Amino acid sequence: MTAEVAAVAVTAVVTVLIGAFGVRASRTTSDFYVASRAVTPWWNASAIGGEYLSAASFLGVAGLVLAYGADMLWFPVGYTAGYLMLLVLVAAPLRRSGAYTLPDFAEARLESTVARRTASVLVVTIGWLYLLPQFQAAGLTLRTVTGAPAWVGPLVIAAVVLVSVLGGGMRSITFVQAFQYWLKLTALAVPVVFLLLTWHDDGRPEVAPPEQPVFEETTTVEVTTDVTIEVPERVTVDVDGTLAGEERDGPVVVPPGDVDVAAGTELVFPEGARLPHASRLTPLSGEAWALPLRSGDEHPLYSTYSLILALFFGTMGLPHVLVRFYTNPDGRAARRTTLAVLGLLSIFYVLPAVYGALGRLYTPELLLTGRTDAVVLVLPGRLVEGALGDALSALVTAGAFAAFLSTSSGLTVSVAGVLSQDLLRTRIRHPVTGFRVGAGLALVVPILLALSSPLLGIADVVGLAFAVAASSFCPLLLLGIWWRRLTWPGAVAGLVTGGGTSTVAVLATIVAGPQDGWPGALLSQPAAWTMPLAFAVMVIVSLSTPRHRAPGVDRLMVRLHTPENLELNRGDWDPEDRWRD
Amino acid sequence: MTERVTVTGRRRGRPPARPRAVTTEIDDQTRLGEVYMRALLRAQLRLGLTVAGTVLGLLAAVPLVFAVAPGVSDVDVFGVPLPWVVLGGLVYPVLLTAAWLYVRAAERVERDFAAMVDRR
Repeated sequence: MTAEVAAVAVTAVVTVLIGAFGVRASRTTSDFYVASRAVTPWWNASAIGGEYLSAASFLGVAGLVLAYGADMLWFPVGYTAGYLMLLVLVAAPLRRSGAYTLPDFAEARLESTVARRTASVLVVTIGWLYLLPQFQAAGLTLRTVTGAPAWVGPLVIAAVVLVSVLGGGMRSITFVQAFQYWLKLTALAVPVVFLLLTWHDDGRPEVAPPEQPVFEETTTVEVTTDVTIEVPERVTVDVDGTLAGEERDGPVVVPPGDVDVAAGTELVFPEGARLPHASRLTPLSGEAWALPLRSGDEHPLYSTYSLILALFFGTMGLPHVLVRFYTNPDGRAARRTTLAVLGLLSIFYVLPAVYGALGRLYTPELLLTGRTDAVVLVLPGRLVEGALGDALSALVTAGAFAAFLSTSSGLTVSVAGVLSQDLLRTRIRHPVTGFRVGAGLALVVPILLALSSPLLGIADVVGLAFAVAASSFCPLLLLGIWWRRLTWPGAVAGLVTGGGTSTVAVLATIVAGPQDGWPGALLSQPAAWTMPLAFAVMVIVSLSTPRHRAPGVDRLMVRLHTPENLELNRGDWDPEDRWRD
Repeated sequence: MTERVTVTGRRRGRPPARPRAVTTEIDDQTRLGEVYMRALLRAQLRLGLTVAGTVLGLLAAVPLVFAVAPGVSDVDVFGVPLPWVVLGGLVYPVLLTAAWLYVRAAERVERDFAAMVDRR
């Protein structure tokens, strides 16, 4: 336990120190937003990887695989393939646009302040939607390893992010995130070796036997949050705490069906008893878990395709991913950086599935407590004994913490950039002060949301943020870069329709919970209909408003698409003009 | 009074006085300049869409195969079910190769364009 606390503390301190190291050199607006574009591809690729691998990747994917099996492997595949789509369709032109943020791009391409404002609102929406699960995961981690109350995690993360962001903006963040990529990779890769060795010594037991999961030995389960569990068959449990609303201390015969367990209760299950599970999960067993499309969902093929679309095309629309691109020196470097990122992500994403699969075998009680997202944190300590096990636990905890810190920092920088440029600029003249106030605002809202909303699946919520990005910024970028006839009314109409419908679908799923049948499938995985809808609206409205075509679009196309070594007139648009007028 | 003479060098990187380099055509947005720009855009877009379409098509076929021929999922490779081998490992080298080929081809398109436009 103390080792894990130390690991969290060390990660936080090193983050702040590396951040401080970047402070000395960053005093201009350009330093704050894009590290003055002086970051080498290698640093940049590590930093992009570090920023991108969030709590969803580090904890969430393994948790989903533990509960739902093969279909969930699409998450890491999609997170990686999203970078390929970004590379082949937008990376170089986007860098060449010279914009710092997505609203900058919208303004430069469409020459419209309305388009800029719409993009700003969407950046903030997606940013907050993405920050929420990061904070919830931080709460979960600190509670899992230290037993601290749930509000401690979000506050610690927010404090460290604020200190490092306020210090030096983007430049310091670049070094911090590059460091955090390597920390995260080590933290997953090293324990995996020991986990697989243990499994091998164990005689390589089958991960998903066809029978319902049972307790392999007498098992004590500590319930840390109130949970309703579904008991599959009559079982005698030793209870210390509150079961079905009654104080108990001793053996209790529990009939099949739902039963409430209060936080702080200890349950001891006998060997061979069938494993109850949290009733909000519908865990799978045997083939349904191990093989794709057998989960018993009503529309598994639709859900899979919609998820693929959201992840493949959502990545390019994530504000914290784009802001990183602007730090490349030129378009060619932007492509090479993206290629390196793909390599780094490919190495990383092989790992979470191993945790999910072995977690199914060795930590099945997570299905009972419903905290499947904790599997990465719990597994090393469970399988490896003694000091080595403690060290490995400390390592994964440090990695998880790095995941929250890096993604939250990146999102905070992006959201703060937009807030300070578009909301605060009339009130605060000095750009750096504006950025700092924006950073504070960027953190307060998702913290309040994280503390007040119920605990949601980390990777689920992040998947929803991808769906919103795929239905709004993806069409804006693709059409804006490749189609001259896009007009600002078309772009705004598409952003509002796509972003609006997907956000409503997302909120409906979060607030009202999963629904049945087609409406349920369409709401919980909206990208397959909201993304084409956004494209269609943008194209149709643009074609019917040809008068609003941007006058400088041909010059901008020269800027977006020609290599920098050619001496050409690329127009004089400069995002920093906003601070000069 | 001595006559004042302005001494200037040739502008850096410009071709020697020669009628209308292509860069000038592009800068002045003439018909010819636009033809060059459209050719560049089309080449880059075609390349991007080809790579994106191929990869998307390959990956999109995976769930379809699992749905149409469920027997495929039952195949084991060294004790690991085929879907896990494909989605958990094999996918990544495919993505990387596609990305690498794309970067090479995109840089070639740009080199060709630069050679064509910057002819001196």
